[in-house]
Amino acid sequence: MYSRIEVFLKNEFPDPIGNNILSEIETFGFHGVSNIRVRQVYIIFGNLNKNDLETIAQKLLVDTITQDYQISDSGLRIADIKSHFVEISRKPGVMDPIEQSVLKALSDIGIRIDGVKTAQKYLINGNISPEIIRIIATRLLANTKIEDVFIYPETPNYDHGNIHYFFKKKTIPLLNADNKQLEEISLCGQLSLNLQEMESIQKYYKTLKREPTDIELETIAQTWSEHCVHKTFKGIIDFNGIKIDNLLKNTIMKATSELNKTWCVSVFKDNAGIIRFDDFYNICFKVETHNHPSAIEPYGGANTGIGGVIRDVMGTGLGGKPILNTDVFCFGLPDTPQDKIPKGVLHPKRIFKGVVAGVRDYGNRMGIPTANGAIFFDERYIGNPIVFCGTVGIIPKDKCQKMSHPNDLIVVVGGRTGRDGIHGATFSSTELHEQSEQISGGAVQIGNAITEKALLDTLLQARDKGLYNCITDCGAGGLSSAIGEMGQDLGALVNLEKVPLKYEGLSYTEIWISEAQERMVLAVSPEKEHDILNLFKAENVEATVIGRFTNDKILRLFYNSQIVGEIEMEFLHNGIPRLERKATWHKPTCEEPNLSEKEDYGTDLKKILSAWNVCSKEWVIRQYDHEVQGGSVLKPLQGIHDDGPGDACIVTPVLGSKKGIIVSNGMNPRYGDIDPYHMAASAIDEALRQIIAVGGSLEQVALLDNFCWGNTNKPDRLGSLVKAAQACYDIAFAYGTPFISGKDSLNNEFITDKETIVIPPTLLISAISIMEDIRNAVSMDIKEPGNLVYLIGLTRPELGGSHYYHIHGYKGNNVPKVDAVLGKKIMNTISQATKQRIIRSCHDCSEGGLAIAASEMAFAGGYGITLNLSAIAADGSIQRNDILLFSESNSRFVIEVRPEHQKQFEKLVKDIPCGLLGKVIPEPLLKIYGLNNKLIVNENIYDLKEAWQAPLRW
Amino acid sequence: MTTPKVLILRTAGTNCDYETRYAFEKAGAKVDAVHINILLANKKLLEDYQILTLPGGFTYGDDVSAGKILANQIKYNLEEDIKTFIHEKKLILGICNGFQALTKAGLLPAINKQHQEATLTFNDSNKFEDRWVYLKICSNKSVFIKEKNVPTIYLPIAHGEGKFVTKDETTLNKIMSNQQVVFKYINECGEEAGYPWNPGGSIQNIAGICDPTGQILGIMPHPERHVEPTQHPRWTRNGLKEFGDGFLIFRNAVDYVKSHF
Repeated sequence: MYSRIEVFLKNEFPDPIGNNILSEIETFGFHGVSNIRVRQVYIIFGNLNKNDLETIAQKLLVDTITQDYQISDSGLRIADIKSHFVEISRKPGVMDPIEQSVLKALSDIGIRIDGVKTAQKYLINGNISPEIIRIIATRLLANTKIEDVFIYPETPNYDHGNIHYFFKKKTIPLLNADNKQLEEISLCGQLSLNLQEMESIQKYYKTLKREPTDIELETIAQTWSEHCVHKTFKGIIDFNGIKIDNLLKNTIMKATSELNKTWCVSVFKDNAGIIRFDDFYNICFKVETHNHPSAIEPYGGANTGIGGVIRDVMGTGLGGKPILNTDVFCFGLPDTPQDKIPKGVLHPKRIFKGVVAGVRDYGNRMGIPTANGAIFFDERYIGNPIVFCGTVGIIPKDKCQKMSHPNDLIVVVGGRTGRDGIHGATFSSTELHEQSEQISGGAVQIGNAITEKALLDTLLQARDKGLYNCITDCGAGGLSSAIGEMGQDLGALVNLEKVPLKYEGLSYTEIWISEAQERMVLAVSPEKEHDILNLFKAENVEATVIGRFTNDKILRLFYNSQIVGEIEMEFLHNGIPRLERKATWHKPTCEEPNLSEKEDYGTDLKKILSAWNVCSKEWVIRQYDHEVQGGSVLKPLQGIHDDGPGDACIVTPVLGSKKGIIVSNGMNPRYGDIDPYHMAASAIDEALRQIIAVGGSLEQVALLDNFCWGNTNKPDRLGSLVKAAQACYDIAFAYGTPFISGKDSLNNEFITDKETIVIPPTLLISAISIMEDIRNAVSMDIKEPGNLVYLIGLTRPELGGSHYYHIHGYKGNNVPKVDAVLGKKIMNTISQATKQRIIRSCHDCSEGGLAIAASEMAFAGGYGITLNLSAIAADGSIQRNDILLFSESNSRFVIEVRPEHQKQFEKLVKDIPCGLLGKVIPEPLLKIYGLNNKLIVNENIYDLKEAWQAPLRW
Repeated sequence: MTTPKVLILRTAGTNCDYETRYAFEKAGAKVDAVHINILLANKKLLEDYQILTLPGGFTYGDDVSAGKILANQIKYNLEEDIKTFIHEKKLILGICNGFQALTKAGLLPAINKQHQEATLTFNDSNKFEDRWVYLKICSNKSVFIKEKNVPTIYLPIAHGEGKFVTKDETTLNKIMSNQQVVFKYINECGEEAGYPWNPGGSIQNIAGICDPTGQILGIMPHPERHVEPTQHPRWTRNGLKEFGDGFLIFRNAVDYVKSHF
């Protein structure tokens, strides 16, 4: 029994959501829709009379100033309105955050209902056929993987049909299975275990002389998944005949241990890396990926991606307070024609918009500023977008260590457990294909940020009161991974029926491996049980004791007192056979193109400014609250009109303190097509450059790595991974910047019936640095006419993988390399100058080279610049203007200095490559003179700005 | 003279409590952030405080509409206590989500008591946006604003539902003639202008209003995000001021309490 309350804007108010959809429909290529009005529908379950419903509408659901409402008991049609009626509601079991809020608000005003569900109803007018309406509904309005679509005359059906669960202990016949059957068991169970691993499990159970239960096999699969143990990075690799035993230890972690920095507090062991901040606090930082779920449901995928990494910080040490989010995305090209989209794939523009909305809604609601990020476009991300989410946290110095003890209670806190996200860990460890959305739809979840925010508020209080001993987040693998990890050295006993559920019908195994969001697990001393449960109750956050840690090193799982699983922690955590794989790498044969020189490079310059990877991302940045918590010192948008592209962001987490944190990122997958070693080196250099550009120094910089690669079972993909990891060691060591945390997501390939689309090797380097005095910050916008403009660093003929080649359709061969000895000298010199406060503006030279950096500085500052290329410090004799303009050589900066500081500045830079190229002029013109002193660029900065802003002005 | 005490009312989804606390403490107040459950269980708690603040955030996820569920909690559970609070000449400040809640609870503009007379609805752009705005002070009715010669105040907004709308023309005229419009959005030249200077599309470019007593202030932009000079988006161009523009609101409130209690 249900009733519908439809709430809608009064006719005199424009309908912004409807109007947005209208323009989307036109972009999609359908014309004829004249008007769309949207209604929010509340489907109220329970036996309520008309009066009750009127009260609910008037007191809670309707804003009487702007809205009207209608109450009906069924049906989509509305009398007196001639229109197409489309209604979209979430499928049963999919998180609907509004439901919980409405239930709470109604009980506040004393009304009891059985349940509530929300839907959006669209009244679509115009001359348009029912077939087109269906296409609009299913492709534009709804995501049919998580939503039901009803179009009048259909009658909506919201029947949840509560399924009752009848307990039956399940075992899997493994002992006598042959190889083929073992592989089948893994495949059918979505376990993502290979034959070698299945054989190890079989061998283990042969010694136990029994078959495994389903929950045991699932626990092993979750624990052994690539997502959880990084078996590629930690395995044995035969790289062109050379044996590498544990790539991670031999490259990334090696740099850290050899550098041995005292300010590194915790590296590669907790949820996030921890570094020292000041006398009271440390800082933690984690970045990870959430790719496959975002491919299938961009909003929910990104939502839960950011929610997950925030929980990583909340679960670092005894709990960090998140202070900053950083998000980096890789998508297919937004202007890809609809007929070029592979089957089973959402359009890149839709993925882009969905991902941004997901990050926006979660980050903003959590009250965490998203002040840093990047977006990279390449056609190869079409079936497999990449979503990197990162969170920085602050944590008191004495709360960085944790340990669970025997007899500690296992307490699950936060959201309830549902069927959402089953097999997320194993799903993320396989390739995507056309049917992924059907098979793995369950891996997708929608987050509920407010549950997580309330959880965070409560946890920090519990932490400061010392109410728990250990904490970890429920991420991939759910309770299975969290408890398995916390009890690794102890053992644990869990009563699965105690776990609070969203709805009935979950089996014991589903409860155990569900990846429902917003949950964390605590280890609580028995004497503190009362206090902690009361604290959570006072904040309306659920906390439930579901078991206890033991000391027999066995994981025991019960359901209603019956044992359903019993595994030795030793086998669970150390029984995984080590992978041994072959890797090869051969430099691809790329030719350097032979482009003819031009008299004028204005057109090329504007083309690069308009390139997807260079153009303004203001449309995205403004949707993120990048200033909540009040700590922003250097914002992502800078300059006279607050719209220039900043390098790194600076925040001060302790208001009133002069200490700050700088966060930046570096990435360039296009270089990786030519040479993954130099790509990785360049990514590190870029991240460090940005730190230096805004006034930081190399003194205390920590790095994070995030590798997103194709299927590393294939030797060529693995070979390029090895090359990139080797560069990470070499360059990080040379710069003195240790890695403190990292993550990898392999198998990013999309298989269609025709081909396999492999993403380009994608390494994101995130850097974080502590800044002693935020008042030394430097922004990238040109400040005053008359100031001098320098290019610091050596320009080499390095256009391989550059934007200049890209707009002309070439890849090239001479990829930018890193000379870290020189780079370090350059960066240290600039840091000295910023400390002396003699740099007025500074911008790092990256995509598009000098010409782009100078353009951005000019239009951000609102003044022109004249430059002469003959003054550039170049490697050898570069005879071409285009190389000087667009080379993407590393370790270079464009710097503005006041004339009165010329001597002081030039004295500082006397030992590093430096050219005084020109000056800032009051006229809004970018004038660049070539080697022959002829004017080769003469553009109005507002035309350049328009070229840069137009593509993503959505 | 007492040390002014501020109660920051928080609940699920409150998220500007840290910087709001900092702003009040910088101005010399003592601040407690209190969960609404605790206040509802012990309403007498309010008597200890002279300033009640509803900070920004997304209370209850802004589900149903921004600030609505918190507004109902106040309206149906705290109405009498708030009446007493105002009667005792104490102050209430609602920032962003707090302004939305105060308006939906009928506490602003409060021309006809107990009725909702205005709302903050979806931005015309239908987007959540974070951007800096120029404000002009239109009235000195609010005790939060004493300054007469401040040309413009520069603050950030960050909201998706910030379009101020009144029930009807009469209400609008009333709040204008009553001097209840405290802040209007303007452009850098001091003129009233459309988007993006008035980011949500508020009628009459209204950014903040007070109640007829001047003791309740609601404001969509975030004064607590501009109390330090380094929070200004262009301090690297224009240099560092002594305080951010938003600080005066907190200082005035604290000074008022110091001289009245």
